[in-house]
Amino acid sequence: MQEADTPAPTRGLGQALATNVGRVVVSIFVPIVAFIVLWVGFLFLRDSGADKLVIVAVAIVWGIGGVALLYVVANWLTEKLPDVWQRRILPFVFVGPAIAILAFYLLIPAVITAWESLLDANGAGFVGLDNYVYAFTNPDMLVAIRNNILWLVLGTLVSTGLGLAIAVLVERSRINRLAKTLIFLPMAISFVGASVIWRFVFSYQPEGQPQIGLLNAILGAFGIAPVSWLTGSPLNTILLVVILIWGQTGFAMVIIGAALKGVPDEMLEAGRIDGANEWQVFRRLIVPTIWPTIVTVATTIAILTLKVYDIVIAMTSGNFNTNVIATLMWDQAFKFFDQGRGAALAIILLIGVTPVIWYNLRQFRGRAI
Amino acid sequence: MKITWSRVAINLTVLTLIIIWTLPTLGLFITSFRTKEAISATGWWAAFGQGGFTLDNYNEVLFGGEGMATAFLNTLAVTVPAVVIPILIAAFAAYGFAWLDFPGRRFMFITVVGLLVVPLQIALIPVLTAYLAIDLNGTFLAIWLAHAGFGLALATYLLYNYISQLPKDLIESAALDGASHFTTFTRLILPLSVPALAAFAIFQFLWVWNDYLVATTFLGLNADVQVMTQRLVSITGSRGQDWQLLTSGAFVSMLVPVLVFLGLQRYFIRGLLAGSVKG
Repeated sequence: MQEADTPAPTRGLGQALATNVGRVVVSIFVPIVAFIVLWVGFLFLRDSGADKLVIVAVAIVWGIGGVALLYVVANWLTEKLPDVWQRRILPFVFVGPAIAILAFYLLIPAVITAWESLLDANGAGFVGLDNYVYAFTNPDMLVAIRNNILWLVLGTLVSTGLGLAIAVLVERSRINRLAKTLIFLPMAISFVGASVIWRFVFSYQPEGQPQIGLLNAILGAFGIAPVSWLTGSPLNTILLVVILIWGQTGFAMVIIGAALKGVPDEMLEAGRIDGANEWQVFRRLIVPTIWPTIVTVATTIAILTLKVYDIVIAMTSGNFNTNVIATLMWDQAFKFFDQGRGAALAIILLIGVTPVIWYNLRQFRGRAI
Repeated sequence: MKITWSRVAINLTVLTLIIIWTLPTLGLFITSFRTKEAISATGWWAAFGQGGFTLDNYNEVLFGGEGMATAFLNTLAVTVPAVVIPILIAAFAAYGFAWLDFPGRRFMFITVVGLLVVPLQIALIPVLTAYLAIDLNGTFLAIWLAHAGFGLALATYLLYNYISQLPKDLIESAALDGASHFTTFTRLILPLSVPALAAFAIFQFLWVWNDYLVATTFLGLNADVQVMTQRLVSITGSRGQDWQLLTSGAFVSMLVPVLVFLGLQRYFIRGLLAGSVKG
């Protein structure tokens, strides 16, 4: 309450400093205290030897309740402050924890990873760009980069193109609701689960034995010898991309389908009256109108293909020349314990998405927040 | 006449697509109920009328050495807090960005937008190093916080888009009634934001439940805490030809997300349409 006595709050250096310290403290207060409370509770739970189900239930209540409670406490403490201080500190009760967590989990790690990519395997000696030279000269890496390009081009173009085609077709069909649900459904299935599904489709038995994989059985029905689909490169990578396409086409279809509903009927009618056939209406009127949506969908899938990891691990563990940048990154960092190379590969992935980051920021620049 | 023929062609094409999209999953489903011998003797499409159906696969995969039942509980324990915690934190932040004024607001929000598509691979080594230093690796807490961190940018962005569109009068009249920002947020904004919260919740739920990379990095090899995707990958590695286990295991792992998806499809689509990029 002393604040009220001082005439118009002069923002001297000391006060500004205090304000900022207060903001930082509040921002970090929730995450740190939440962490300690959760951690202590966890140790207690783990050592109690309680039943799995009980541990799970308590962990859920503990985790969620703990975080919620801390916001209440942080707010309560802030409300005890004099008005001026409250106004300065309160916003950071709201946004501070999110910023602190983002900093801890993404921002600071990005900086550390960038630095580590210039160090040797143990993170001890400075090696300059050696890890990047390795990344662009090592034969395994070159195969991985080729594979990533296959993923990027095939995965993005086919998923988006098929999604667009199906979105248009389905609208004109009688079974559109069923079709949409069933084609969209693989979105709910993990890449690991999807990989098991497709491993079975690609399953191969030596000739003469019963083929239990759908694909080889179809070949057999035409009298063609069975093919070991997953052992030959680059066919195996292309077949792995099929799994991604199976999963992502539904996503493309739904998003593009929603945009199609926004295309004004009058415009299409006008086109038809002017003598355009259905293909021309599609090509000249529909596609240009929904182009921004198509780009968004393609970008989203492209980012996914750059980071693809699960499918490769679950299908081939990276054998038979199916590795991609993300699988080699993980192997380098956590299997061969070469931090420097692992970090360099992570940075290469980051560079891969930089155009999208730049685009997002540019889109945003004009917007008032 | 021409129009009817093109209708038939469209319906046939769509039907073919449905069949192509559904057959692989159907094959998995049918195979998961067949005995090991039956599976290797004939394709699943020839299963009917041959016998050889059983529920033992599920019994074995759930309660046998593969421990899918434990992994199911672990997945649940990982997923629920990893969905709720970031939503809570992001909702607070979204309100702050939308309705409070403070220095650095724009810069901080732009940082959030910039982080939307950053690949999480960038964080794996430093975060794991930090976790190892405080012996946190291999715990649920480690993976909750990691998922919260990785999901937070998208959550904040989506919820901001929604919360900042709420009518200004609403917030102002609450302030006139003497409500603090905290009260306004918990009593007014949160209930009004349920559609956006639900949309992101489904998104994050599918993401976490289906995640393999984050789990394998931060939960590691300790079978006590492993989630279902980890168990499945482990089965593909060690028993890759045991289709009775692979198919039933995969089906167990898919069941909940597929049901959630079918039940809440509308919310999920809304979430996707609100902005679907994630790093």
